[in-house]
Amino acid sequence: MYVAVKGGEHAIENAHALLADARRGDRSIPDISLEQITEQLALAVDRVMSEGSLYDRELAALAIKQARGDLIEAIFLLRTFRTTCPRFGASEPLDTASMEVRRRISAIFKDLPGGQVLGPTFDYTHRLLDQGLAERAEVAEPPTAADEKAPMRPVTDLLADDGLIERCAANGGNATVGDLTRDPLAFPAERDVRLQNLARADEGFLLALGYSSQRGFGRTHPFAGEIRFGEVEVEFLAEELGFAVPLGRIAVTECQMVNQFKGSADEAPRFTRGYGLAFGQSERKAMSMALVDRALRARELGEDVTAPAQDEEFVLSHSDNVQATGFVEHLKLPHYVDFQAELGLVRKLRAEFTAAAGGGGPMRDAAE
Amino acid sequence: MSAPVYNFAYLDEQTKRMIRRAILKAIAIPGYQVPFASREMPMPYGWGTGGVQVTASILGPDDVLKVIDQGSDDTTNAVSIRKFFAKTAGIRTTTRTAEATVIQTRHRIPETALSAQQVLVYQVPIPEPLRFLEPREAETRRMHALADYGVMHVKLYEDIARHGHIATTYAYPVKVDGRYVMDPSPTPKFDNPKMNDCPALQLFGAGREKRIYAIPPYTQVVSLDFEDHPFERYRHDATCALCGSTESFLDEVITDDRGGRMFVCSDTDYCERRRALNGPKETAAGSADRDHV
Repeated sequence: MYVAVKGGEHAIENAHALLADARRGDRSIPDISLEQITEQLALAVDRVMSEGSLYDRELAALAIKQARGDLIEAIFLLRTFRTTCPRFGASEPLDTASMEVRRRISAIFKDLPGGQVLGPTFDYTHRLLDQGLAERAEVAEPPTAADEKAPMRPVTDLLADDGLIERCAANGGNATVGDLTRDPLAFPAERDVRLQNLARADEGFLLALGYSSQRGFGRTHPFAGEIRFGEVEVEFLAEELGFAVPLGRIAVTECQMVNQFKGSADEAPRFTRGYGLAFGQSERKAMSMALVDRALRARELGEDVTAPAQDEEFVLSHSDNVQATGFVEHLKLPHYVDFQAELGLVRKLRAEFTAAAGGGGPMRDAAE
Repeated sequence: MSAPVYNFAYLDEQTKRMIRRAILKAIAIPGYQVPFASREMPMPYGWGTGGVQVTASILGPDDVLKVIDQGSDDTTNAVSIRKFFAKTAGIRTTTRTAEATVIQTRHRIPETALSAQQVLVYQVPIPEPLRFLEPREAETRRMHALADYGVMHVKLYEDIARHGHIATTYAYPVKVDGRYVMDPSPTPKFDNPKMNDCPALQLFGAGREKRIYAIPPYTQVVSLDFEDHPFERYRHDATCALCGSTESFLDEVITDDRGGRMFVCSDTDYCERRRALNGPKETAAGSADRDHV
């Protein structure tokens, strides 16, 4: 009978019961634990924390488990929890120069103070399926070396010493940073808000945009000045105390992209920057973000805005995968009221077309 | 791990206050889109998060909520949103239009006339009526500021030139209180006249696009048209196969694979009330199998 959706309430409950069953899968296989996810699917956890905008490995692991491994769904779960958390303020700027580095590479100097530290990376692995991993296997402890305690100044600082790269646009120590989770995005958007948007943005979307800029759609001549991954301390200025107190340590990946800049009549040529930062070890994300950040600075640097990656309204309005997936998938919702209205119009237009064609004469001016 | 604890109607009071401020501004400037700091909600963007945030911000413990989608209380998303508020706010819900104090809707305005005691909350996917004529927000905001709506009239004129009719059948643009051109959300244009001089407060929430707008009670709402091509309502030229209504907006239902079809009211509550009053209509409509209601 007509409303097939009658009894929708019961159908929804059944669908959710079925989902729980599918999530668990074969009961004879052990249930996956959150520890297994945080330890062995750590990069998935990193991505979910980054795009979910919440640094909490355990909640991210729970979200991944609940989402059956669908990372965008997991990001969504984390976001809806985050949005209910009170916001006390913004932390002090992270001092990534004093990072406890696990990996640090520069593509623009063969060697540099502190050296190149490869750390745990897929780079240079041969992408051959490892049958050994299909079985339970003992993994040997990795080789270690004594910490040389060598300071690792950011490469961009070394360039800045010689005036070869633009200074970091100082946001003025006490300037408030924007927060697009508390204030709606408005255009033109300043760099703090743009970077926040990019940090939350879908990795795949940024990857494609960054890639497009490399292929000539808004070329920025990028060099990977430095990529570093490790732990940094987060500090928060406690008003009552009058000084910053440490809140804890988080793992982040930072990418400083070095880009060309021609200079102008009243400015000597020097390099410009693109910046990327992501929670955990998320190099693809941090690099893509840095490429897009630089491309979006076109307006500020007086470049022609011709490509999608340079168009801030295009990029910032479509970068959020929680928004995007919701709107794309809402097409699953019933639209029969609108469709019926369209159907009526198309039938009417077709009837008029047929009548006109049957009349043999030319169609009368439709604007009459 | 911190176990989540949620406030009455899910949103925290700070957020509700922010949304209420946006609502007040929207009421003060009828038809103007007020930006607000939309939150992530526990349902996907595009599934009514704007409407849900507006509803969450105006609900009190004594409110009675009705939720419809495509005119029906029983479509899956309407059920889901109704359950969400029953669970997070513990309020009474209803399917009867006349009983509700707050009605959240997607794509329809109820057939039963609304009263001054009611608030109608629309879920809005794309709040900007000029969006498909001008994709840039910075530009459309400027056009609204200058009441620069020529492009919309050109679009409607081009429709007439091309098709002989204005080819917009839903989300048909209106002018509110003689000033702002507004998107009524994807309601069929059949519903447009109901917005004019309506005793109920009408609130529009677009979560993904972060906009709230409003039509205060008894405000003039005019569908855009031309003197020689006046606005026309459209409904299927048929009567409801269940209640026999010749007034209501109808859904076409395909009943078999041989071209059989029937028409029924889109507004399920309206249809049920009529049947309760007059008894079901006996009709040979199509080959519909009406044994298992």
